[in-house]
Amino acid sequence: MSCQVMLSSMGEGMLRTLAIFFLTILFSMPLGMVVTLLRRSRFKIISGIMKVYIAIMRGTPLMLQLLAWYFGPYYLFGASIRGYRFAAIIIGFTMNYAAYFAEIYRGGIESISAGQYEAAEVLGYSKTQTFFKIILPQVMKTIMPSVTNEIITLVKDTSLAFALAYNEMFAIAKQIAASQTSFTPYVVAGVFYFVMNYVVAFVMERVEKSMDYYS
Amino acid sequence: MVLEMKNIKKSFGDVEVLKDISLAVDTSEVVSIIGPSGSGKSTLLRCATFLETIDSGEISYTGTPAVTTGADGKAEYVGPAELRKAKQHFGLVFQNFNLFPHYSVMKNITDAPINVQKRDKDEVFAEAEELLRKMDLSHRADAYPCQLSGGQQQRVAIARALAMNPAILFFDEPTSALDPELTGEVLKVIRQLAEDKMTMVVVTHEMPFARSVSNRVIFMDGGVIVEQGDPEEVFGNPTQERTKQFLKNYQQ
Repeated sequence: MSCQVMLSSMGEGMLRTLAIFFLTILFSMPLGMVVTLLRRSRFKIISGIMKVYIAIMRGTPLMLQLLAWYFGPYYLFGASIRGYRFAAIIIGFTMNYAAYFAEIYRGGIESISAGQYEAAEVLGYSKTQTFFKIILPQVMKTIMPSVTNEIITLVKDTSLAFALAYNEMFAIAKQIAASQTSFTPYVVAGVFYFVMNYVVAFVMERVEKSMDYYS
Repeated sequence: MVLEMKNIKKSFGDVEVLKDISLAVDTSEVVSIIGPSGSGKSTLLRCATFLETIDSGEISYTGTPAVTTGADGKAEYVGPAELRKAKQHFGLVFQNFNLFPHYSVMKNITDAPINVQKRDKDEVFAEAEELLRKMDLSHRADAYPCQLSGGQQQRVAIARALAMNPAILFFDEPTSALDPELTGEVLKVIRQLAEDKMTMVVVTHEMPFARSVSNRVIFMDGGVIVEQGDPEEVFGNPTQERTKQFLKNYQQ
């Protein structure tokens, strides 16, 4: 197999990897906010359900969760899972990452002093205004390093999609490596993950800097 | 009366912090509240500003009731819309300033008048500039709270409260978080406000300040008002043993 063929089939895999990455970010970050707000609900049942959800998502391997999301509908309901593979991957990643993001957000929200809420209340801000104008911007700043960590982990976790026989980049690298008895595809994959995380770190550093104007 | 609080009772769990306290403040009056830690001074302010919910009693601002006594004898708060209106009557300056760190000095002062009171932007900005001039902070309008000294931050907090045009301003130990060096500049501003006939209630440990600036001094201890009256009387010739003892401890 020529170098060119290898790179082009791995390139295709990269696009699939990127699709998993961006769709997971797109869905899990807002969903995490919903989860954290429900987790902080004063209704014990709602916050309890969220606690259980977070415990399961954090307490079991993501690979196992992906398998459960994909094969679950068939084993539970006898539903056909044809053409469902990619959706199962995105659901699995999103549900898992939302749980982690929720806990990061919660840490950020709880780090804001009660005085900020009281000042806003005395000035007459509504609950919604207080959250979006006063609390959230400060939360964003404090959680940024943890969010960066999580996003970098996601870049590498995308390789778990191979468990559902999805041809993302790492799955293709393994196939080529096995058929050609060559280590080169792994090196290419490693370089890809490294470069992508370098870009993520660079972008996140910029975002952090943009919030550096106060402490 | 700008503020009327009647028979306020407040407990935290089993501890009764306010035991049947009544307080009325007239227009342009400056009232200082002194007393040892845990006497209920701050709790009284927090009840007046609705940060704490009273168990029983009545609160009204400029004659409009905000808290009344219900049929069961317990405190009954007015609805959310009316409570929001009642909140427009007062401002509160905190011990720890509680400025919004992500907003510039100017935005700290102008954001609530513009986005809560929905007032005209140009008018609010003009007023804010005037307030900053009064606070001697015109040159710091674009600074962020973290770039200011404690005294400057507290003066911004005072300007922020004043920008809402409150009928009465509460101060909860406004200089307790400041170096002695910076205390003076904040007290000077409060003194200036008193001269401008601002109605104020100041919880403070600054005895000479309380004595010279207020029309009335209230000495609280153990959740009750032990003694109140003209500052010269309370400081110069206290009638209650507990007051004498407290003031003596302070002089040492």
